[in-house]
Amino acid sequence: MPKLTLRVNRETHAIECAANALLVEVLRDTLHLTGTHVGCDTSQCGACTVHVDGRSVKACTMLAAEAEGSAITTIEGIANGDTLHPMQAAFQEHHGLQCGFCTPGMVMSAIDLCARKPAPTERDVRTWLEGNLCRCTGYHNIVKSVIAGAEVMQKAGKP
Amino acid sequence: MTVQGVGASPKRKEDRRFLLGKGRYTDDIVLQDQAHAVFIRAPYAHAAIAKLDASAARAMPGVLAVLTGDDVTAAGLGGIPCGWLVKSKDGSNMVEPPHPALAIGVVRHVGDPVAMVIATSRAAAKAAAGAVEVDYDVKPAAGRIAEATAANPPLVWDQAPGNICFDWHIGDAANVDAAFAKAAHTVELELTNSRVAPNAMEPRAANGFYDAASDHYTLYTTSQNPHLTRLLLAAFTLHVPEHKLRVVAPDVGGGFGSKIFHYAEELMVLVASKRVGKPVKWTSDRMEAFVSDAHGRDHVSKAQLALDANGKFLGLRVQTLANLGAYLSTFASAVPTYLYGTLLSGPYDLPAIYAEVKGVFTNTVAVDAYRGAGRPEASYLLERLVSKAARQLRIDPIELRRKNLIPADKFPYQTQVALAYDTGNFQATLDMALERIDYKHYADRKAASAKRGKLRGLGISTYIEACGLAPSALAGALGARAGLYEAANIRIHPTGSVSVFTGTHSHGQGHETTFAQLISGRLGIPIENVEVVHGDTDRIPFGMGTYGSRSAAVGGSAIVKALDKIVDKGKKIAAHLLEASVADIEFADGLYRVAGTDRVKAFGEVAFAAYVPHNYPLETLEPGLEESAFYDPKNFTFPGGTHLVEVEVDPETGVVEIVDVASADDVGVIINPMIVDGQAHGGLAQGIGQALLEEAVYDGDGQLANDSFLTYTMPRAADLPMFKVGNHVTACTHNPLGVKGVGETGAIGVPPAVINAVLDALAPLGVTDISMPATPEKVWRAIQAAAGKQA
Repeated sequence: MPKLTLRVNRETHAIECAANALLVEVLRDTLHLTGTHVGCDTSQCGACTVHVDGRSVKACTMLAAEAEGSAITTIEGIANGDTLHPMQAAFQEHHGLQCGFCTPGMVMSAIDLCARKPAPTERDVRTWLEGNLCRCTGYHNIVKSVIAGAEVMQKAGKP
Repeated sequence: MTVQGVGASPKRKEDRRFLLGKGRYTDDIVLQDQAHAVFIRAPYAHAAIAKLDASAARAMPGVLAVLTGDDVTAAGLGGIPCGWLVKSKDGSNMVEPPHPALAIGVVRHVGDPVAMVIATSRAAAKAAAGAVEVDYDVKPAAGRIAEATAANPPLVWDQAPGNICFDWHIGDAANVDAAFAKAAHTVELELTNSRVAPNAMEPRAANGFYDAASDHYTLYTTSQNPHLTRLLLAAFTLHVPEHKLRVVAPDVGGGFGSKIFHYAEELMVLVASKRVGKPVKWTSDRMEAFVSDAHGRDHVSKAQLALDANGKFLGLRVQTLANLGAYLSTFASAVPTYLYGTLLSGPYDLPAIYAEVKGVFTNTVAVDAYRGAGRPEASYLLERLVSKAARQLRIDPIELRRKNLIPADKFPYQTQVALAYDTGNFQATLDMALERIDYKHYADRKAASAKRGKLRGLGISTYIEACGLAPSALAGALGARAGLYEAANIRIHPTGSVSVFTGTHSHGQGHETTFAQLISGRLGIPIENVEVVHGDTDRIPFGMGTYGSRSAAVGGSAIVKALDKIVDKGKKIAAHLLEASVADIEFADGLYRVAGTDRVKAFGEVAFAAYVPHNYPLETLEPGLEESAFYDPKNFTFPGGTHLVEVEVDPETGVVEIVDVASADDVGVIINPMIVDGQAHGGLAQGIGQALLEEAVYDGDGQLANDSFLTYTMPRAADLPMFKVGNHVTACTHNPLGVKGVGETGAIGVPPAVINAVLDALAPLGVTDISMPATPEKVWRAIQAAAGKQA
């Protein structure tokens, strides 16, 4: 099997995987970073959203081999020790999650939105989350969470 | 560290692990020496298996076994049972066809599992699945209710002539005939309740492990009710006693009904593990989910409403054909009968009702409970019919409802379809919803929309539903094959922290927080010191699980009963410590007090004394502080309310925009307002999804046309507005918490409000009917057809 080096959550991993292995498969099955979820087979649901060089990417749309040389961040890599990332904290504060399955993808996607648009409107958030499905919340509290998280991130000067 | 009881909105205890990516869902669990399984599924809706040759596949690298229907027969596995026996009008039992875990000789729907391939990796299993040769002799199929009930239809089962599983009825036909005979007005409606796929975001998964050393099975599964799954495995399918079987439902990513049922894959991973000597995991992919998870709804109905000259309802007559799919899933027969026909009085004073329901087999995946389960079908029929009556009689739809809602002083109210509503106030929720949507200024908004070339419509739905199905004895008399109580165990630890073991299961509902509030508030201890344990048959004594919005009403009540026992035992201990009589001991705010004095013992001191009984009445009282309770409800609970929807329709494109949604629900006493609002939002989104976007479309031959998120339109953030949700509380009169249930209100109340709004908007164009989902194409065509008629 081909060997490659992946940099994930600031750690470097030398791994072996099939040449056609998707990034999400390597994250989950090889690195046991199971916070990145798989909810569909057609790149629609966004539960597998991670950051590749700071930009949100559905990890099911990319071969692991393509990610070599990039900095990958998963949901496990955004908190600061015991302190939640402001976007994670906002989701808890505003009840932006229920079953938790779509949540990692939502949070990763929302953080990228804030990097591009530090003060998103409700419409911005709803449009941006086009690629992230949630079946529990009706999106109401997710939208509130993202707007609130964006405010905290902006104040903290945190991308 | 704070006490947070009923009525507080502490942030959820479970959130942190989910937010950190540390949730533990079934597919996240990897056991030592883990093997993987994939299922080969029928590509045809109805076919004989002419040839099944797995020899090439068995020889492929990594393949451990290939199991087929022959193995199911040889192993003596039981068929997957239906949990509710429905009897037809003539007293005969419903037709209960066999449901083998893997097809034996014949496949009856697209997705019917034919063989199971087990290999050392998922990739190897998938590769080998492609090498299994299956030849089919395709037979004619009944893909929809229309084909299944046509003259001389293809038969799904030879033993079910006309594809009829049961021909059930409820109510009094003669009374209804009399009501129609004296009616001043009669309103008729034919309608379909569209078929939808539940699509919890986490696909189903199962990981089975057989330990030969102890002759013991463990199943990790995406279940809403692990004890029920264990019961069905033990008694019906695997034939292994409960003490040899542990079922764990760890974190579960949404259920909405689809994870209630005992599925073939749960049985087969256990069988396969014993066969190959390794744990065997299967995880559904999404396309597989579309053809193997039970779907919801799928009714075709005719309804007639009789009214007097003043618009007072006199009688209701309903005939419904309910699609059951090819096999009877766990609650498939109960949903369109006892959870549908019994709800046809709605929130109305309706003096005569008669409903007939035929359960219809089709060559499709099973249809069973989906968020609301029968009640959305009842509500949709009734609320469409009432709004049609308002148009026909030229009465304001709000006023027609006011005229017929059960008055608040008429509770308890006995309906004509078996249910007795204990409490409610439908006028209050109607007023609240009208205020929330600013009904006073609706005409201004409609005029403003018109100026922009848009048609604005207001839709209303006043609904009732029934939660916490009960009592067990009544359910049993009506055909239920299980009890419907709930169990709780409360363990006070020596230093005063608490573990609560509940038989309900949380897969998004937030029980780890709401149930902790019950303990925190009652015992006066910080919520941080309470742990709620669920989802593991080895840790929890028993339980019936979570569905039908039963967890707070039934599971919460069991916790309260166990708490009563804890508090009472604590009084005896406190009386001893305080050298007072038990009758003089009061308990409040975490303190046992000799009434009228300042002599107190904190709950923690009492708990400690129970475990370190140096100064303790050992002659009369056992040490320790742990209590269990089973609670069997006296009645259903009856949440209800009003949902109002405003839409704008673009007459050029047919696009319907949801502009505003206001719901006013009465879900009884609210434990955690934040969580209750969240449940309301989610239900509304699913209801709006069904009304405007979603539909599982089968063709006449039983092929599912849309089996992925590319073609099945899930509601997305941009499809929905912010919701205005509110509550008016009347407490349930027969459970100790006064709670009714909130999980399903949105999905039950809102679909007819959406369609009524669309029809209200289109009424000036002459459009009188539209079916769910009201897609732009459908709306545009309806507009064109009406224009053609008027031209």
